[in-house]
Amino acid sequence: MAVPHVIADAAVVAKRNIIKIKRVPDLLVFTTLSPIMFVLLFSYVFGGAIDQQGGGAAYREFLIAGIFAQTVIFGATVTGAALAEDLKKGILDRFRSLPMAPSAVLTGRTFSDVVNNVIVLVVMGLTGLVVGWRIRSSWLDALAGVGLLLVFAYAISWIMAWIGMLVPSPEVVNNASFVVIFPLTFVANTFVPLETLPAPLQTFAEWNPVSSVTQAARELFGNIPPGTPEPTAWPLQHPEVYTLLWSALFLLVFVPLANAQYRVSTSR
Amino acid sequence: MDQAIAARGLLKRYKGVIALDGVDLTVPSGTVLGLLGPNGAGKTTIVRVLSTLLRPDGGSAEVMGVDVLSRPAEVRRRIGLSGQYAAVDEYLTGYENLDMIGRLYHLGARRSRARARELLASFRLEDAADRPTRTYSGGMRRRLDLAGALVADPPVIFLDEPTTGLDPRGRTDMWEVIQTLVAGGTTVLLTTQYLEEADVLADEIVVIDHGRIIAQGTADQLKRQVGGERLELTVADAALLPRVTEALTPLGVAAPTVDEGRRAFLIPVSGGPDVLSEALRRLDDAGVALEDVGLRRPTLDDVFLALTGRAAEPGDEDAPDEQGGA
Repeated sequence: MAVPHVIADAAVVAKRNIIKIKRVPDLLVFTTLSPIMFVLLFSYVFGGAIDQQGGGAAYREFLIAGIFAQTVIFGATVTGAALAEDLKKGILDRFRSLPMAPSAVLTGRTFSDVVNNVIVLVVMGLTGLVVGWRIRSSWLDALAGVGLLLVFAYAISWIMAWIGMLVPSPEVVNNASFVVIFPLTFVANTFVPLETLPAPLQTFAEWNPVSSVTQAARELFGNIPPGTPEPTAWPLQHPEVYTLLWSALFLLVFVPLANAQYRVSTSR
Repeated sequence: MDQAIAARGLLKRYKGVIALDGVDLTVPSGTVLGLLGPNGAGKTTIVRVLSTLLRPDGGSAEVMGVDVLSRPAEVRRRIGLSGQYAAVDEYLTGYENLDMIGRLYHLGARRSRARARELLASFRLEDAADRPTRTYSGGMRRRLDLAGALVADPPVIFLDEPTTGLDPRGRTDMWEVIQTLVAGGTTVLLTTQYLEEADVLADEIVVIDHGRIIAQGTADQLKRQVGGERLELTVADAALLPRVTEALTPLGVAAPTVDEGRRAFLIPVSGGPDVLSEALRRLDDAGVALEDVGLRRPTLDDVFLALTGRAAEPGDEDAPDEQGGA
């Protein structure tokens, strides 16, 4: 199969998934309303308690990169749930009877989830600006931060693609991923400074790639106030490299796994 | 190309259950083969093997002369598949569904768009073209699904139970569409649980049960296997049945069947309308009042019953479920 076909076919499948974002009410809410809700809730519910002198302004600045990271990672569960849904309906049989590139089903799905995450980030970024978050670096740095978040989320969406092919229903994907992703995004520097965690959790959090992607985004957005002590753990001193290493590892392991599982699960 | 589809010795096992037990099939170009059998007989498995969705454990198959196992991608360019569960995306409109399929057949953007509009028109879906398909009726979805199989004008079409679950109106609509298709020279392999459907659409019928072919031939040949005509009648009062038996038994070519509950009498005969008028004369002489009488040829239901010892009811619960991985 020629390479251009692989990409063109994936684009056709991605377009189908993107059309669905505006037609499926659940997805639309998930994509637009819940990010707004998260930014507002965390800013005003936790903000006052954590940052009493500043009235929450400094916390809101700290929070945004963390909530970006959490939301794009949760966005990857869409990949798994949607694929499990497709598997349940007849549409994958249709795809498989067509002379398209077989890999385009999964690639197209993960592509469209990048688009989904871009929408999510724009919505959250605008909400962030409303509550007082600012980019204090250059636009170029900020874009690099957004890019890093998208790359990391893309890698996670291949894990979810594998899970979506493995489990029997979309509900199971949602529940299973919740159990893993929720702790992973909370035992990190996403919502609280690492120094406040008990020692064992702190070590875990320092090596958790969710912390590094958050740290990288914070740095690139210029949201780390001057005078903040340097992190001591290597992953947080080199958050960009560490994040990219994990992303590459996820892709290397889960792209082949997901594709193999796709072949097994669809040819029953 | 004289054989559009040829399969030899197809074998498939699912966790110890034998789904296909050495199936040989040939479908000459431009003809319709009806694959007939109850749920779980192996019909869907055959379609999935021939349309490259499933690898058999043994045997070989060719579609339009291309080997299904070694060159699946080339087979896919030559086939259209319309499944049991309408495989259209429910959130996409009818137009978007067909356009997407055209692009995945690599027809290019312009031809995909034109072909989508063309098919929507010929399947009477123009008015619904720009509505998401979840608003469609069952019959409309099936028509769209079939249209999806025709996007690239493939020479071979697989239709897996195209009318299961449709109301009678939807069914006859679908039959018309399929007949038009066949008139255009397309080769069709059709599975069905409905004997009437195979009778109407298929040139040749293969009856399958427990993964094995148990009979094959034209509808007429199959009916002849079961025997000739029967004379069937219903009397006004069950008390008249002994008199009927006495009067008509000499006309039969085999022993009659009497059903007192339904006040019915059935006897295999040969000789056509002459036998019927002779029977009526004898009954008149015997003073028997009739509610209904007729000479009928065996239906495919009779064929199935004779071949398998059970009726070909849709939803036969004894058989393993084909879709559930059995």
